[in-house]
Amino acid sequence: MKSLHIKNGRVMDPANHVDAVRDIFVVDGKISDTPPSVALEVIDATGMIVTPGLIDMHVHLREPGRSDKETIETGTRCAARGGFTSVVCMPNTSPVADNSGTIAFIKQRTAEVGCVNVFPTGAISKELKGEELAPIGSLKRVGVVAITDDGHCVQNNELMRRAVEYAKMFSLPVLDHCQDYNLVADGMMNEGYWSAVLGLHGWPVVGEDVIVARNILLAEQADWWIHCQHISSARSVELIREAKKRGVKISAEACPHHFTLTDECVKTYDTNFKMNPPLRTERDREALLEGLANGTINCIASDHAPHCTYEKEVEFDLAPFGIIGLETELALSLELVRKRLLPLSQLVEKLTLNPARLLGLKKGTLAPGADGDVTIINADREWTYDVEQSASSARNSPFHGWNLKGKAVMTIVGGKIVWREN
Amino acid sequence: MDAVAIERALARMAHEIAERNPQQDTLALIGIRTHGVPLARRLAERLRAILQREIPSGELDIGMHRDDIGLRDTPPTVGPSHVTFDVDDKTIVLVDDVLFTGRSIRAALDEIADFGRPQRIQLGVLVDRGHRELPIRADFVGKNVPTAFDERVRVSLFEVDGKDEVSLEK
Amino acid sequence: MKSKSGWKRKDLLGIEDLSVDEINTVLDTAAAFKQVGKRTIKKVPSLRGKTLVNLFIEPSTRTRTSFELAAKRLSADVINITATASSIVKGETLKDTALNLQALHADIIVIRHSAAGAPHFLARLLKASVINAGDGAHEHPTQALLDAFTIREKKGRIEGLNVTILGDILYSRVARSNIWLLTKLGAHVTLAGPSTLVPRVFEQFGCRVTYDIEEAIRGADVINLLRIQHERQRKTMFPSIGEYTAMFGLSKDRFARTKPDAAIMHPGPINRGVEIDSEIADCGRSVILEQVTNGLAVRMAVLFLCSGGQALEP
Repeated sequence: MKSLHIKNGRVMDPANHVDAVRDIFVVDGKISDTPPSVALEVIDATGMIVTPGLIDMHVHLREPGRSDKETIETGTRCAARGGFTSVVCMPNTSPVADNSGTIAFIKQRTAEVGCVNVFPTGAISKELKGEELAPIGSLKRVGVVAITDDGHCVQNNELMRRAVEYAKMFSLPVLDHCQDYNLVADGMMNEGYWSAVLGLHGWPVVGEDVIVARNILLAEQADWWIHCQHISSARSVELIREAKKRGVKISAEACPHHFTLTDECVKTYDTNFKMNPPLRTERDREALLEGLANGTINCIASDHAPHCTYEKEVEFDLAPFGIIGLETELALSLELVRKRLLPLSQLVEKLTLNPARLLGLKKGTLAPGADGDVTIINADREWTYDVEQSASSARNSPFHGWNLKGKAVMTIVGGKIVWREN
Repeated sequence: MDAVAIERALARMAHEIAERNPQQDTLALIGIRTHGVPLARRLAERLRAILQREIPSGELDIGMHRDDIGLRDTPPTVGPSHVTFDVDDKTIVLVDDVLFTGRSIRAALDEIADFGRPQRIQLGVLVDRGHRELPIRADFVGKNVPTAFDERVRVSLFEVDGKDEVSLEK
Repeated sequence: MKSKSGWKRKDLLGIEDLSVDEINTVLDTAAAFKQVGKRTIKKVPSLRGKTLVNLFIEPSTRTRTSFELAAKRLSADVINITATASSIVKGETLKDTALNLQALHADIIVIRHSAAGAPHFLARLLKASVINAGDGAHEHPTQALLDAFTIREKKGRIEGLNVTILGDILYSRVARSNIWLLTKLGAHVTLAGPSTLVPRVFEQFGCRVTYDIEEAIRGADVINLLRIQHERQRKTMFPSIGEYTAMFGLSKDRFARTKPDAAIMHPGPINRGVEIDSEIADCGRSVILEQVTNGLAVRMAVLFLCSGGQALEP
């Protein structure tokens, strides 16, 4: 592996309060600020932004069990194309990642075919059923970075309380997909004017808010971290903001589709606009933007959820929830900077430092000695997203054909260039 | 044709109809919408004067019986037909303004068959412009007007358009 | 009574997108077709040689029969596919079913489905005409058209009338289609029923929402009663059928307080004794059976108009 000299880029490293044009070296897979005495590949990053490798803390790699949708190989390649050097994968695989065997499999596969870092999460409850605790201690021992029942949500508050207390012992944050099953029932899209027009069952915001509120109270009581995944509702943002003021260990992430699209998009019944939680109103979208700007929402993640085309090409009610997002995430997030909603440094934080800190990863920094994970971004690059060219096995994206601005032109993992634009 | 010419033609046609059909008690007129209807009524008026008896007059809308429904840009407009008398065993004189390809008449014959079984059907038209695509001929013709296929014969009648006129448009 | 044929669509997916001109074209055409039902030979050759498929994924005898009869009176060939009888149960997707029908050169597909948006899905996929016979809670356009036809016949107009729709609005496609059509044509629409089934969001559709049934029916020129749907009802929405009948059913008492010439409508099938007192269903002001007759004429008009154009782009 050749050492790298990344020349003349605007280095944006919030972890070390750096925003300056300077050179960076990657030697033996680690960041270095001094040029080595060995042969170097020189990368001209003039006009580019150089950040610590981006981290997407909410990705579905589908392996083991549904390799027809995506595999660790295709999913990580997708991540690399999107500029991500690390992904955190969800446990709703088949079998569920509620045992050390499945985690071991994921790690092994990653070593064999993964081209970026994969950090697995373990389940909160056995088989994600929300009845009994999964063997969280064993899962920690085999290297999960958090526990979550994502895809599902523990409904039993007592169980959730115990899960948080138990996870604290192992310094494992609890990630939660906030959904009250009874309030949501068979909701297909946001409950509101558009669900009334389209005749689709509504997924009311209160179904998310209620669980966010319970998480805040449990996090407060246990004095431990609960991270609310894919926040979509204005009220949830408000609740989290209040709780943070009180010092509660509550964290939140938002997905680009929630801060870019609204429920009106569903009016053509295109299943590429069907995800969980659903697209919400303009008011909710604006609240998310505000929450991102004022720090209430500390992370951005994609909830990359690949599905086979034939699975999505059905009646709206029958289509599975979810869209892919790794390759469009960066461009959609950079929109926030272009619209002056938040400064570039804060955007980069939400994609590097903040997820790393929450999950205890030694990533998200370009300090000398850190892992050689670097993303080089051309923020002005205009391109059209062609989902047919995606590295993902899946094609379920609502952004196909969109003219986007901003792209990762190079992704470096552990000193190795895993993606470069031609 | 101007208004005077139209009236003369109708007068002559009425006499021809009367002459051809001595069995007056089974005679009836049916006008094909749109312009055939007022023409049929005017003929019925004249026949009443000539024969000293009421000749029933009906209206036929052939929209549902056309043979070109899927071939047009928009569907044809349809309206209800009003044939209030029994057509069985009658002598029906179909009346239309212009005889061209003959397809409208074919549709009308089809539709009349749905109402019953006339003894005979005759055809009276104000203008015969040629270019038949089906073996159909008129029994009573107001005027023969040779035309090119892409020309248009426009018949205006007072009851529908406010004036009486037949004009040829290139 | 001729109007300019304002119809250029190959599909009828809903009322929401129709213009007032288009709606009037359908109603005027239906008037012509209603007359065909009075002839001895109740058949016209307009759709001769065309194949119509009734694709009823969600079963319904009355709507299907109405479409079947409408098609046959237009001389079309009819095939009926219902969910239980077909390979749909074996797991064939809607897409595959539709493509199979296209391979058989079906000209018109009439689809009823429990999933909203299913007809739109088919219309995008197929060259054939797609007619929505009811998709989930979304729309039932021919029902709204025949309701409008009936109102116009009875009352001479729709504009300015007070129309009350009573019952389960939230899960009702009949309600939605009617709301679109009546508001487009200038009626004053009032929605009434239990608050759990008539949420205020419908005020954004240009309707008045009230939970006081007396008030709702008092000034109404037309009262359209909706079925309380056992199938789609979630147990949490209202306590029981008994309570619904007591609070919102059109009882003899309530009926006595309606305007003397108020017309009573219902899309059928009626739950006698629930949303409507049994005797009232049969009384002189009930136009429920006329709705059925008019449904046939309206469906003939819709099939005729949707088949009428060449190369109407999918």
